[in-house]
Amino acid sequence: MELGMNPMRFERSLGHGMHLDAIAHGAAGSWHRVPEAMGLMVGPIGTNIFAPKGTPAESILGLSVLVLSICTGIFLVVGGLLLYSVIRFRSRPGSDNSEPPQIYGSNQVELSWTVIPILIIVVLFLASARVIFITQKTEKPANALDVVVIGHQFWWEYRYPKLGIVTANELHVPMSDPRHPTPTYLTMSSADTDHSFWVPELAGKMDLIPNKVNTMWIDPERAGLYLGQCAQYCGVQHAKMLIRVYADTPQEFSAWVADQQRVALQSPDAAEGRNVFLRNACANCHTISGTNAKGIFGPDLSHVASRATIASGAVPNTPQNLRAFINNPADFKPGVLMPAMHLNEHDLDAVAQYLSTLK
Amino acid sequence: MATHTHAAAVAGLPQTMRRPGGILDVVQDWVTTVDHKKIGLMYIGYALIFLVVAGCEALLMRIQLAVPNNQFISPQAFNRLFTMHGTTMVFFVGMPILFGFGNYLIPLMIGARDMAFPRLNAFSFWVSAFGGVLLYFSYFAGSGLYGAGTAPDVGWFAYAPLTERVFSPGHSTDYWTLSILLSGIGSIGTALNIVATTLTMRCKGMKLSRMPLLVWLYLVTSCMVFVVVSPLTAAQIMLVIDRYLGGHFFDTQAGGSAVLWMHFFWIFGHPEVYILVLPAFAFANEIIPVFSRKAIFGYPAMVAATVGIGFISMGVWAHHMFTVGMGPDANAFFTFSTMVVAVPTGIKIFNWLATIWGGNIQFATPMMFSLGFLFQFLIAGLTGVMLAASPFDWQLGNSYFVVAHFHYVLVGAILFMIFAAFYYWYPKITGRMMSETLGKWHFWLFVIGFHMTFDFMHIPGLLGMPRRIYTYEADRGWGGWNMIVSIGALVQTVATLIFVYNLVRSYKKGEVAGPDPWDAWTLEWSTSSPPPSYNYAELPTVGSRRPLWDLKHPDDPDSNFE
Repeated sequence: MELGMNPMRFERSLGHGMHLDAIAHGAAGSWHRVPEAMGLMVGPIGTNIFAPKGTPAESILGLSVLVLSICTGIFLVVGGLLLYSVIRFRSRPGSDNSEPPQIYGSNQVELSWTVIPILIIVVLFLASARVIFITQKTEKPANALDVVVIGHQFWWEYRYPKLGIVTANELHVPMSDPRHPTPTYLTMSSADTDHSFWVPELAGKMDLIPNKVNTMWIDPERAGLYLGQCAQYCGVQHAKMLIRVYADTPQEFSAWVADQQRVALQSPDAAEGRNVFLRNACANCHTISGTNAKGIFGPDLSHVASRATIASGAVPNTPQNLRAFINNPADFKPGVLMPAMHLNEHDLDAVAQYLSTLK
Repeated sequence: MATHTHAAAVAGLPQTMRRPGGILDVVQDWVTTVDHKKIGLMYIGYALIFLVVAGCEALLMRIQLAVPNNQFISPQAFNRLFTMHGTTMVFFVGMPILFGFGNYLIPLMIGARDMAFPRLNAFSFWVSAFGGVLLYFSYFAGSGLYGAGTAPDVGWFAYAPLTERVFSPGHSTDYWTLSILLSGIGSIGTALNIVATTLTMRCKGMKLSRMPLLVWLYLVTSCMVFVVVSPLTAAQIMLVIDRYLGGHFFDTQAGGSAVLWMHFFWIFGHPEVYILVLPAFAFANEIIPVFSRKAIFGYPAMVAATVGIGFISMGVWAHHMFTVGMGPDANAFFTFSTMVVAVPTGIKIFNWLATIWGGNIQFATPMMFSLGFLFQFLIAGLTGVMLAASPFDWQLGNSYFVVAHFHYVLVGAILFMIFAAFYYWYPKITGRMMSETLGKWHFWLFVIGFHMTFDFMHIPGLLGMPRRIYTYEADRGWGGWNMIVSIGALVQTVATLIFVYNLVRSYKKGEVAGPDPWDAWTLEWSTSSPPPSYNYAELPTVGSRRPLWDLKHPDDPDSNFE
């Protein structure tokens, strides 16, 4: 709850709550500290392609199972033949060492192992083509939500053109009841290098390429948090360009939209921190609605406190982490493009406190 | 005259170096040689050095990835490591080692005294070798005047616009570009030489249809080098123009196209895989029959399948681009063309199986590695078919599943056959056998390490782990798998050390081999081990595909069955 999640959602994604705890112990404070959380810990797996929670991922899984079973069949037959012939035709001690009969080939046999693979390939191709076309050639329904996704080194910008919302790193979409689908269509491009949007449980990946507009769609069947990360090498911090997709119930989503559409809160208690923010270079790169901060190089911070994480999903959004991140972002993400701000302790406290009020 | 100048040049040197046969003479002999065997050995030695270097890079990466949130290596250093590992393994290990064996073996196998253009041969080697040195020199000079970066960190396929000066300041990317340009010139030179040699230098009686399959496969590989290295070279020049002459081919900020680079790169990059794997098939075509004691099954089909692979592989490149938004029609086309490659490849696997079938299999180390190759190449081919189904690739492209797949090809198939080739031709090259005991240790340890690493590497991919990340979150369930993968890498390292020890030790202490230790059938086994510099005192005449079989079995010669 300290992470800014509502109780309902927190309960539903309890597993991912554990994930945040692990990070809080591991990465909070300093990047240099050795994390307690080791890989052998059995945690929830939020990125398994065999656990699809949306139509595109499900149709891919259907195809994958078909392809996997055919390939397993071929493997068993051919691998079995190989094993059999190695055992059956091994040179045995004591046998006379005369040469075995020399066979140079057989047109019939060779024809058969040309034709059978061709037939298998036709089957696999038709099955693949079906999934290609149902995924990439669907009509967009009228009730679909449009989101523009822009990749940056090393974070995600999300714009909701019809709703007038701009946010970063945590994508909120309505869950899509299979009986009344409400899919979300993503229109994607990049501001700098190539990136790729991959949330395995929802859909296959799609690249974000500068000077090119790509589209994909997702329709999470269940409310909850879905994880993913950038899947095209984009520079130093490619590894920590994480994706969090929140599928909200209709009520949650309307509430979230209403919150995000409000002009950023300007609490009188945080006036000092706001001044620090506006006086310093922060405002050159970040936008906070209702203020003179209109920078577009970094994430929009109008509602930064409503997000569970900072640094593109790499760090839990706690006041301490926020403060430490502003002090020196490279402690968390070496190579991040945000410079260390060299604020004094007092200003650091003030600006971190101000940002924490931006619900 | 020449001797006189030489004597004058060495006058100031110590006695040991000056005497004839001293170190200076040896160096001069190797540096100025145009003998195909010596050039072949230099290619192989050079590739082995880079194999060790790039192997160490892999090991460092595996240590970093063994546990989540590891801080053994910084992200910048990690990104350089995977760039250098990939570039080195493809351009400065794979290509030179295969060209090395080709150089050594082709003239011997077709009964010639040397390659068609011995000087071009030496030139090609030295140009390629300089390319490798240039790549690694970037570690010292990459910062240039700007102090940014050392070695290149753009990945081995160096996608634009990351390579543009905005995103890659300094000279590291230039070192990458220029070293690949040079290596490409060397590759084209050697490919030209191989084609000319096979077409014009065959001994009497050796029609194209009687050429050893190894030579056929090298011929096809070399023709592919012509076609595909050119676009790569063009792309490198375009990139240099972008970076220094204000061009905008790939500079997206000025309206260039990132996708254009991908097309240029992969029209090279995918056939390149076949350029690397065909020589491995070539070794298998020679070794499997000898140790099964049977002629290769379906020689004409093997040749046809190779030529087929050569052509089809030129039309599959965009399966590396299933997620760039080509649209459903292009995705469907490249799904189909990619799957079609499985047909000629399948023919090869079945023909090797049929060669073993009914044979009398001798489990010498070269054959062990060949059997490992067959088994692993089968799996690599099947995961390749999976990835060809483009929707499957939308999930698994750029994930560790792909990394596991192509390492299954590059290590499980190609490196296994390279090891087999070492054990098989070492006696010809040095006159001594490699130790069978050490060979068996090498084989079994390497098999265990290989399967630990590359079988288990598929799993984090299925669990959503993308490639090229220097670390990963603890909660994703990838940690345990990565630990097994890393331990496997250590086992492979130990196995490789045994191999290197065996190579060195056998040179002096190995059993004397004689001209034909494997009771084999191709021409290279008819001359002494090592062969004299002129290869054959009298050029041979052949009457079939297996001239030595005909000699050993005058009652039942192959020539009766042509």
